[in-house]
Amino acid sequence: MLKMKNLFKTSFSKAGLTFIVSVILMAILRNPYYVGILIFLGINIIITIGLSLLMGYAGQISLGQAAFFGIGAYATGVLTTKLHMPIIFSFPLSLLLTVTVAFIIGIPTLRLKGHYLAMATLGLGEIVFIVFNELLTLTGGPSGFGNIPLIKIFGVELDSDYKYYIFVWAIVSLILFLSLNIINSRFGRALKAIHKAETESATLGINTFRLKLYIFVLSAGYASIAGFLYAHYITFLSPGTFSLGFSIVLVTMVAVGGMENIWGAIIGTTVLTVLPEYLRFFKDYDILIYGVILMTIMLLRPEGLYGIKIPLRKILSARN
Amino acid sequence: MNIGVQLLQYTLSGITIGSIYAMVAIGFNIIYNSTGIINLAQGDFVMLGGMAAVYFHNSLHIPLLLSGFFAITIVTCIGILFERVAISSLKNPSIITLIIITIAASILFKGGAMFIWGKDAYVLPSFSGDKPIMFFGATILPQTIWILGFLGLIVAALMAFFRFSIVGKAMKACSYNKRAASIVGINVNKMVMISFALSACIGGIAGVIVTPIALAHYDRGSLLGLKGFGTAVMGGLGNMGGAVAAGLIIGLLESYSAGLLSSGYKDAVALVILLMVLYFRPGGIFGKKEIESLKTY
Repeated sequence: MLKMKNLFKTSFSKAGLTFIVSVILMAILRNPYYVGILIFLGINIIITIGLSLLMGYAGQISLGQAAFFGIGAYATGVLTTKLHMPIIFSFPLSLLLTVTVAFIIGIPTLRLKGHYLAMATLGLGEIVFIVFNELLTLTGGPSGFGNIPLIKIFGVELDSDYKYYIFVWAIVSLILFLSLNIINSRFGRALKAIHKAETESATLGINTFRLKLYIFVLSAGYASIAGFLYAHYITFLSPGTFSLGFSIVLVTMVAVGGMENIWGAIIGTTVLTVLPEYLRFFKDYDILIYGVILMTIMLLRPEGLYGIKIPLRKILSARN
Repeated sequence: MNIGVQLLQYTLSGITIGSIYAMVAIGFNIIYNSTGIINLAQGDFVMLGGMAAVYFHNSLHIPLLLSGFFAITIVTCIGILFERVAISSLKNPSIITLIIITIAASILFKGGAMFIWGKDAYVLPSFSGDKPIMFFGATILPQTIWILGFLGLIVAALMAFFRFSIVGKAMKACSYNKRAASIVGINVNKMVMISFALSACIGGIAGVIVTPIALAHYDRGSLLGLKGFGTAVMGGLGNMGGAVAAGLIIGLLESYSAGLLSSGYKDAVALVILLMVLYFRPGGIFGKKEIESLKTY
């Protein structure tokens, strides 16, 4: 019994379980509309896991994460449609491009702290957004471009939502596995130390700047992978998806779920991705409701939804 | 039109838009000085001021000046409410929590404006007609003069307020050292509230006077806030005169690049300046490096 318990504590089994649960969920739902929503959920979760590593573990904020998502999406989109490159090459190239951009802008940006870092990332995100709008020959400007090819793996074209769903959630599980391992590594412990006390960690010989830069680049890489998945699912890209508003929604998801924990990011992303689909009213006034939820959580429970204990037993016994 | 007149025209529009950036920057500075917080909802105060004035004038047919006054009063009240509900109730918040709270406020203001007024853009009539004034071959809209006048008025009033009034002096004391200020009997909590009120009020004024030349729209606050923040940092965070000078510099650069290079990238100009200042001169272009290291961001 003890062994079984320990088995579920490994990052491999947690990630594996996530995958199995997601596949069972699909089998239960069997509805293309819901499956579509859960594909978006998977894509959002990939970005917010990265953001949670950056915000919760490294204590740094990025208000420009939609830009990396966009660079990943546009790079693979342009490479496959304009240059007719096979996806097997466009994927690593788009990832490489995003990571390089993140590295280069990360060097000066992560030397900033607190509000200055927030504003710099906000500005960077907005600049990338303007570039998407203005590079007409590559991006098609504000009206965007389409006909991005579907993904083919081992001869199987991912042409239905069900196939794509499995592909996306397999990648979500991989990212989760990787991230849980990072948290439990020497690297992850050093990150937590930076978050708790940056100066003290530096005196202990931790190169705080380099660690922050690595995690920033990692989170950008995750966003790029999400962008790749988005581009080949929707097969159409326009700048509106990658605006400042989406960056802020991503931060909202992480903050609502709980910054201190990866599972918090997953909970927050799930709540804020699935809820709008269920409430018709919500859809038209989404930003108002996001604001209300975020403000309520920050004032009443700044550590987020994660770890709220629902007194199930009390509720049940009260009923009896 | 020859190139000289054209340049003069760009200069005039640069000064106009720069004045608005300066007002947003002054709003940032007032709150920063008394709390150390950068209020990410500052641009949304401007948006709310414009939207509320449009509502009073166009929908309720209240005279323009009175509408503007009502709008500014409402935005000031919103600023006070925001501070009372969301800021003063916090106990030892981390910077990341503070950032997210002002983001939440920004989304709320934006969402509220969209809920009430929808997604359309609105315009307000000019305060004194639309007949352009000729100036060495270039044209000035009468509204431009109103904007410059209000900027001058705000700066003069604030300088007098911080120099001569007891409340202003107390706020200044808080910006130097909060604990010392509270020891000599200054109610720091109240000063923080007043700084939010003042900052929202200036945002509201900027919103009312700019709406006749730039449309009011629920989503306009974020970019304006970002540019205003760039202005505040360039002028040295907390520095009133620096904010005005930086506002004019950014406004002029933006206007020249829109006219002479490409209008599509005009918004990027202010943002690139913001990044360059943050990277190379985070204490502002007028400040000294030693002062900068004392500040908390």
